[in-house]
Amino acid sequence: MDQLLQHLVNTLIMGGTYALLGIGLTLIFGIMKIVNFTHGELYAFGAYMMYFFAVILGMDFFLSIAFAIVAGMVLGAAIEFTLLRTKRGADIDTTMILMIGAWIVLQNAEQLTWGGIAKSVPSPLPTEPLVIGPISISYLRAMVLLIALMLIAGTYLVINRTKLGKAMRATFQDSGTAALMGVNISAIYTMTFALGSALAAAAGALLGPVFVIAPTMGDLASLKAFAIVILGGLGNITGAAIGGFILAFSEEIGAGYISSGYRDAMGFLIIIIVLLFKPTGLFARSERIG
Amino acid sequence: MKRFLPYIAVAFFASVPLWLQDQYFLHTLVVSGIFMLAAMSLNLLLGYTGQLSLGHVAFFGIGAYVSALTSLGFSVSIFGFQITHEPWPPVVGVILGTLVAGICGYLIGKLAFRVRGAYFVIVSISFAEVVRLVALNWVELTNGPLALPGIPPLTIGFEWTGYATLWGKAQNYYVVLVAIIIAYVIIKRLVYSPFGRAMIALRENETLAMSVGISVTKYLVLAAIFAGAMAGTAGGLYAHYIQIIDPMVFMFLNTVTMVIMVITGGKGTLAGPLVGGLIFGLAPVVLRSYVGPELQWILYGLLMILIVFVLPDGIVPAIERWFGRSSGNADDQRPLTLETSKAPQS
Repeated sequence: MDQLLQHLVNTLIMGGTYALLGIGLTLIFGIMKIVNFTHGELYAFGAYMMYFFAVILGMDFFLSIAFAIVAGMVLGAAIEFTLLRTKRGADIDTTMILMIGAWIVLQNAEQLTWGGIAKSVPSPLPTEPLVIGPISISYLRAMVLLIALMLIAGTYLVINRTKLGKAMRATFQDSGTAALMGVNISAIYTMTFALGSALAAAAGALLGPVFVIAPTMGDLASLKAFAIVILGGLGNITGAAIGGFILAFSEEIGAGYISSGYRDAMGFLIIIIVLLFKPTGLFARSERIG
Repeated sequence: MKRFLPYIAVAFFASVPLWLQDQYFLHTLVVSGIFMLAAMSLNLLLGYTGQLSLGHVAFFGIGAYVSALTSLGFSVSIFGFQITHEPWPPVVGVILGTLVAGICGYLIGKLAFRVRGAYFVIVSISFAEVVRLVALNWVELTNGPLALPGIPPLTIGFEWTGYATLWGKAQNYYVVLVAIIIAYVIIKRLVYSPFGRAMIALRENETLAMSVGISVTKYLVLAAIFAGAMAGTAGGLYAHYIQIIDPMVFMFLNTVTMVIMVITGGKGTLAGPLVGGLIFGLAPVVLRSYVGPELQWILYGLLMILIVFVLPDGIVPAIERWFGRSSGNADDQRPLTLETSKAPQS
């Protein structure tokens, strides 16, 4: 029972960052209809920027997180501007191949810039874990969860309460009509991609100090983000948030009770099972798939 | 002229080991040939049915592992049952690898073709990742990250002729060349059969194809079986040539290599994967003296992006357009399509 409780706490902490990753990816897919293979690289980029600001420049820990998020946003906007802008309306396979190309370029550029040796970012918080009864939580992880939840809430507010969010939702529903109503579709696309990328970078900046930072860290992040998004249904933001926690839970349970070697396999098994029984995702209203 | 081109190409490539002194270059040609075989199989799915399968390396790896394990022998316990397998000849291994990969193609086709587009792509990636993790973690069978060493090379021959073991690069080169020719002929016959026309119809317009009575799932699954089996053969040849395999064979970059070969050469053309395969198989040899592996991958990535912008149909269709216009060939490999170019709407 105590063990289960600890797993649930771990679930919450990982789930927060997974949800960030998933929301970013699902936003981009929902609005732009682009399967973003660079998502995991943006996650790795966020982590490296965290390392750059916090360790190399020696800036404040929390300020570094903010800067890393902004850096992710800028890179996202740059990718959209150079690669996707002229290919708007191209079929989904074309943009997918573009994104795979960009993924390879980004990952190897990271390897070239930072070298293959894993980097770590020291945490300014006390390393003694916080012990509540049978559960122990490190301060760093609790902080990660807190910031992740704040970012999720912020994203929710941007999408549901601002004019920009309204324009984004309109584009999501029908980009043609939205354009006729005076929404600048190109700007919305750039902003959507930047916002999604910023969320991925945020997840990287938050998890970088928890784990180590390595050039290939983005691969699994991409694939996990896909798993989360499929769980929730492509383009479904609430679904992605819940999907993040479900994936974290199944990984915890899989690693804790089956075998830690198969921790990373849980996401893919979930994808396969969900698509077998409910291809539109767990939380989707009926929609066309594909 | 065009009719004789395949024969000239075959004659040229058959002569290569006779005059090529550089053993490293010959080795690169063998490995590229194996990847070309895999790329040809991927082209069936990506080029002819239009389904972007990004888990293709799974079939390749399954073929490699099945073939290696068949010829090495293994002993595992599953649910308390001890299963022991004595080593069989490598040729049987390759055949079994082909069959098992084909069966996996059937199962994954049945599963994955319930969905399309982005969903299909993600399912195919997931499948490859699950297979990779199994290869990594089922240590009793696959030796996990420690790899399976000492895979015997292919032997050919019959009881009455005696057996020849193919140790050398030149012998393996001819095996791969023959395999590519056979695969080419099979794919050509498939593509020009009613089955091939059904695949192309599905690629062009699935709803319309269904309305004229083409069974979507049946043809897509059939394509997945052929593609899986052919990739399995490539994997088997790879295992017996390299003689050691580890879970790295399931690297996503291997799938990417196949995809680049197909789209660079020209998806949905018979010669495309071969042209793309030659370019990307030999590029590392040319590049290795100038750039490190990371920069080489960066160039690959940039080339991929460039191709989408400059030659969205690939090299072979571009060349055909260049030469085909004057001769007015009836042998156009790209059948009539509803949308001849996939140019972006602007």
